[in-house]
Amino acid sequence: MAIVIVLSIVVLLVLIVLLVGAPLRQAAARRAGAVEGDTDNLAAGDRARDELEAAREAKYREIRDAELDFRTGKLSERDYRELDAELRAEALVILDELDAGVRPRGASGARSRSRRTGPRRRPSSD
Amino acid sequence: MAGLGYACLLLALGICAYGICASIYGVRAGRPEFSASGRRSVYALFGVLSVAFLVLELAFLRNDFTFNTVADTSSRTTPLAYRAAAVWASQEGSLLLWAWLLSLWSSVALFLTRRRMRDVASYATAVLLGFGGFFVALMIFYANPFATTRPAPPEGVGLDPLLRFPTMMIHPPMLYSGYTLCTIPLAFGVGALLARRVDADWIKAIRRFAFAGWLFLGAGILLGARWSYSELGWGGYWGWDAVENASLMPWLTATAFLHSLMIQEKRGMLKVWNVSLVLATGTLAIMGTFLVRSGVLNSIHAFGGATLGVPFVCLIAVLIIGSIYLVTSRREMLRSENRLDSLLSRESVFLVNNLVLVALCFVIFWGTYFPLISEAVSGTESSVGPPWFDRYTVPLALVLVLLSGIGPVIAWRRATLANARRNFLVPTVAALATAAVLLGAGVGHKPLAVALFCCAAFVFASVGQEFARGTRARRAMAGESIPVALLALVRRNRRRYGGYIVHVGIAVLFIGVAASSSFQHATETQMRPGQSTRVGAYTVRYVRPTASITPKYDRAHTGSTLALGAEVDVTKNGRHVATLNPSEGYYASQEAAQGTVGSLIGGQPVSHVAIDGGVTRDVWSAISPEIEAPALKRIVDVGNRTLGSEEAPIALLYLARSYLKSPPPAQFHFIVSPLVMWIWIGGLIVFIGGLIAVWPAPSTVRARVAARARVRLPRRVVRA
Repeated sequence: MAIVIVLSIVVLLVLIVLLVGAPLRQAAARRAGAVEGDTDNLAAGDRARDELEAAREAKYREIRDAELDFRTGKLSERDYRELDAELRAEALVILDELDAGVRPRGASGARSRSRRTGPRRRPSSD
Repeated sequence: MAGLGYACLLLALGICAYGICASIYGVRAGRPEFSASGRRSVYALFGVLSVAFLVLELAFLRNDFTFNTVADTSSRTTPLAYRAAAVWASQEGSLLLWAWLLSLWSSVALFLTRRRMRDVASYATAVLLGFGGFFVALMIFYANPFATTRPAPPEGVGLDPLLRFPTMMIHPPMLYSGYTLCTIPLAFGVGALLARRVDADWIKAIRRFAFAGWLFLGAGILLGARWSYSELGWGGYWGWDAVENASLMPWLTATAFLHSLMIQEKRGMLKVWNVSLVLATGTLAIMGTFLVRSGVLNSIHAFGGATLGVPFVCLIAVLIIGSIYLVTSRREMLRSENRLDSLLSRESVFLVNNLVLVALCFVIFWGTYFPLISEAVSGTESSVGPPWFDRYTVPLALVLVLLSGIGPVIAWRRATLANARRNFLVPTVAALATAAVLLGAGVGHKPLAVALFCCAAFVFASVGQEFARGTRARRAMAGESIPVALLALVRRNRRRYGGYIVHVGIAVLFIGVAASSSFQHATETQMRPGQSTRVGAYTVRYVRPTASITPKYDRAHTGSTLALGAEVDVTKNGRHVATLNPSEGYYASQEAAQGTVGSLIGGQPVSHVAIDGGVTRDVWSAISPEIEAPALKRIVDVGNRTLGSEEAPIALLYLARSYLKSPPPAQFHFIVSPLVMWIWIGGLIVFIGGLIAVWPAPSTVRARVAARARVRLPRRVVRA
């Protein structure tokens, strides 16, 4: 029984090392061909895209919610048209930024254009 | 095999230590391979703890009494299902369950987020492994589930009779799943703050886990309430017990978070509030575990010992101080991106709802921890009881139910007064009509209950109105039949309509609570066979005594050596309603001083409640027979003097016969509670609504919706 236990522990240890060490082994094998700084830009680009995609989905949800609010009588037609135009303009800004491709930027950059600091207005298109 | 289990704990500790270092190094040095290695450490932790859990589970199933936990909480006569669940009946086993569930849910969360937020996820990995390492260290140094004693005792003590109940088998896994799932948003919140990425992405990633934690916690709380009602012999389902409160507090803050995160997703507001709620929920979950496991407060749940108090207090202190530091040092980046457009908006209602939920949590926190604070300050232990809690929580609960009816009928961003008047008309009429009916029925002497029924009517009407209007709108757009339109409406707007169903469930649950507590009839009386008593509109008659001995006749597998009870006939207006069979179970004790016969029944007696449940009311009964009656006591004394331990069970036969032939008067407790069943039904509705709300749309549907929205956008803008 003691031998079985020891063998089991050894097997577990080997499996753990294989599982946990796999990314390190893969990275070591890739390291020779990687250009320095590529990973940094790629990671920053991933982050910016992730943020924009999350913002895009939230905006789509807002557009659908506004339509549902209108159709269920919680918004007047005039309020709905105004709100819908605002939301779609904000969504276009996000889509434009996504289409422009990944550029490394701060976390707040993607939302700064839709930041509301005063009276409601359409975000600028530049 | 205990050696293998303990070795797994040591491996687990090593994995946690490595994973924490690798994750932090990976994110700080920009080495994603180390972050990935740290994430895989969580998977490895799950694997290793699964092996450890399996070792302990097999020990229980095989009755391996060399394991101390098996000997302390199981026995050969414990039914198989209870034996399997007895793993988490002990301090040590429950810590292993906690750590295993943490590793499971952490693995799921990190796997699902493996391609996003790599920096946030790396810090989150370190935090989760920190929790895992803490619990594993507790097991290694304080409460080892694999501690053994040789030679093994021939038989175990057996499972605590109070835990021999089906819902108690699933209650701890559900509750612990809730606690551990609540630590995942905390971990990602810490990660977001450390990585300085407090945007929409991390909120979106953790929403599902926060919801799952809320669901499991809620289910665990309700299962515990059901156990209390059906097993504990006092007739109630909620006693404001410290451990009950400990699970309710994170559930309240999680409820607040699930509402306010919608505001952050849509409007980029309440970032400080949301991250604080997330950190508070996770911390309260750890504090809840502390209360259950440390034995620091008196509670029916006090299964834990006092040795774990100091490590837990240290962990909680680190969490609180760390959370405050992170939020205050990052407050600039947590500024809201927008302001509230209008006070008459769903955002405003959610804000008020949040304040009420946090106020409820604060009241319960104060009442629960007051004994500790009082003892620390004055040296005298004191406590607050149910009347104190009811005084402050009932009005807040009323406001909460009302808000759950207001929220659905107000638009996001801004609503006009004219629209609000139109949308509130039907729910208001429903509430007023309910008030008129109830007052006409003469229940005005219970104003709080009436107020709650009116608020519930408001909720039903407002949600019903939403479903009706939504279905009508869907039919107008798609020309579908009513059932198809309704299904499509819910399927395409799961979050919204799943949430509405949750609101209905909460209202139903509170109807059950209000009715059963305000209009309950209870009687405690002593009766002999043939005698009867009144309980409200019901008459209960003690028909005859009942007795059962040995596990062979113990159909409910209560494990009692002797059960004495009664057959009770319940009638109303002369019509037979139900026959109940409450009993009291007597269990063996380990104390030799009680004698050979005395020790067979000398353990703590447990009431086996009998309930006739119904949609309109429950009739609940419990009995406490006079086991110390002279005739029965004489049998025990004679048996102690003349019978050895092998022959002692014969005395149980004489005891049962004597009880059946000349039953002494028994103390009965009867309760008639209206609408109790609606508490459990309401909980089920909440669960179903929650599942609908959190269920992901199929990826094909999501892609189609996103593509359609994208195509429509430019056209609509051009037309405008």
